[in-house]
Amino acid sequence: MRRPSLVPPHRDGTTWLHRAGPAPKLLGVAVAALLVVLLRTTGPLGGTALVPGALVLGLALVGHVHVGTPATVVLGMLRRLAVPLLVLAGYQGLSRGPVQGLEVLLDLSGLVLLAGLVTVTTPMDRMLDTVARAVSPLRRVPGLREHLHPDRVALTFALALRSVDVLWDVALQARDAARARGRGRDVRALVTPTVIRAVAHARATGDALAARGLVD
Amino acid sequence: MSFALSERRVALVGANGSGKSTVLRCLNALVTPTAGRVLLHLPDVDGSPGKPVDPARSPAAARSVVGFVFTDPDAQVVMPTPAEDVALSLRRLRLPRAERDARVRAALAHVGLVDRADVPVHDLSSGQRQLLAIAAVLATGPRLLVLDEPTTLLDRRNTRLVRRTVDEVQVPVVLATHDLELAASCDRVLVVEDGRVVADGAPGPTLTAYRDLMDAT
Repeated sequence: MRRPSLVPPHRDGTTWLHRAGPAPKLLGVAVAALLVVLLRTTGPLGGTALVPGALVLGLALVGHVHVGTPATVVLGMLRRLAVPLLVLAGYQGLSRGPVQGLEVLLDLSGLVLLAGLVTVTTPMDRMLDTVARAVSPLRRVPGLREHLHPDRVALTFALALRSVDVLWDVALQARDAARARGRGRDVRALVTPTVIRAVAHARATGDALAARGLVD
Repeated sequence: MSFALSERRVALVGANGSGKSTVLRCLNALVTPTAGRVLLHLPDVDGSPGKPVDPARSPAAARSVVGFVFTDPDAQVVMPTPAEDVALSLRRLRLPRAERDARVRAALAHVGLVDRADVPVHDLSSGQRQLLAIAAVLATGPRLLVLDEPTTLLDRRNTRLVRRTVDEVQVPVVLATHDLELAASCDRVLVVEDGRVVADGAPGPTLTAYRDLMDAT
C-alpha cells in the first residue's frame, strides 16, 4: 500500500510548473507564507480573516490539478497533517474563536499543499543546485568562507525535507509500541522512544552520508 | 587482529558485538583505530597498482575508493526517489547533468530498479531499498565494496536478490554477515570473536568452526 507523505516526491511532467526553475517556486511559497502571516486577523496588516488562507489553498489545489498530482497524494499530505492541524486549529478555535481556528486550518493546509506543489514539480537534484547557488554568495561574508559549504547547506535542506516523513514514521512506530504495551495514553512512552530513535536515526544517517563521502 | 585480504570475496562472520562492523568501519574511516593501522592497496581504474591509502590519515581518499553499504538502507537512502538518491552520490564527482543522469539509469539498471527509478523510496520493498543503497554506492565506481550485514533485515527472496547483486559486482567485496549461505559463497571467511580472528580460511572448514563456536557457547 502506498504510504501518505507530507513531502511528496517529484513526478515527471511537462507543465510550465515542471519547467520553471526551483528558485521562483521556492520564492513563491515564501511570499505566500509571508502574506498569510501578514494578513492574519491578528497580523500587522490584520482583518481579512479567511481570505488569504482560502486563496492559498485554492491556488495550491488548482496547481495540483494542473500538474496532475494524483488525488491520493494530495489527500495523503492532508492525512499526514490532520492530527497536528486539528489540534492547533482546535486550540485556536477554543481560545480565540472559531474564525481563528478555521484560519489556522486554511493557512497551514494551503501552505503545505503549496510546498508540496514545489516538491512534486521539482527534481531534488535541481533543488539542491538552487539552494547551493543561493547560499554561495554568503561565502563572501568575512568569517563564513571557511565554515559555509554550499553543498552541505543544500544537503541539509534535502535532509530536512526527508526528515519530516521519517520522524513521522518514527513517532507512529513509538505509538504502536506504546499501545502494544498497554501504555497508549502515556505521553512519556510515546515521546521518549521517539526522541531516542530520532537521534539514533540522525546518527546513522550521518554515518551513511560520511561513508558516501558527501560531507568530506 | 592482523590480516591481509586479497581475495575477490571475503566474509566476516561472528556473534553480535564481536567486532565485525568495527573492522569494516575502519576501512573507510567511520572508525579510527586507537592502535594499529589499516592500509588499502587498491588498483587504479586502469588496473595499475594504486597508491596505498591509510583511511585514518586520509578519510576522504578512503571514501572515494571504498563504497560502504549499511545494514539498514533507511539510514543510507536519503532522497525521495531512487533516481535522486543515486544522483546524490554522484554530486561529489561534479559530472555534467547528462552524464550524471546516464550513470543514474545505468546504476539502477544494474540492480534491476530502473523501472522504479522515480517512485517514492518509501514505496519500495526492504530488498529494493537495500538494492538501491548498493546502486547508489556502485554508481560512484568504488574500487572496494564493503557491506555491513546487507541481508540481516531481509526476507529470503530479497536476500537472494541482494546476494545475486553482490555476486555480480566486479570489484573486490568485503562483507560482514550472519547469512551463512552468503558467507559460503565467498572465497575466504574470517570468524571474529571478542575482537580477534579465531578462524580464517576457505568457507567450508571455517564456517564449520564458526558453527561449533556458536553452539558451544
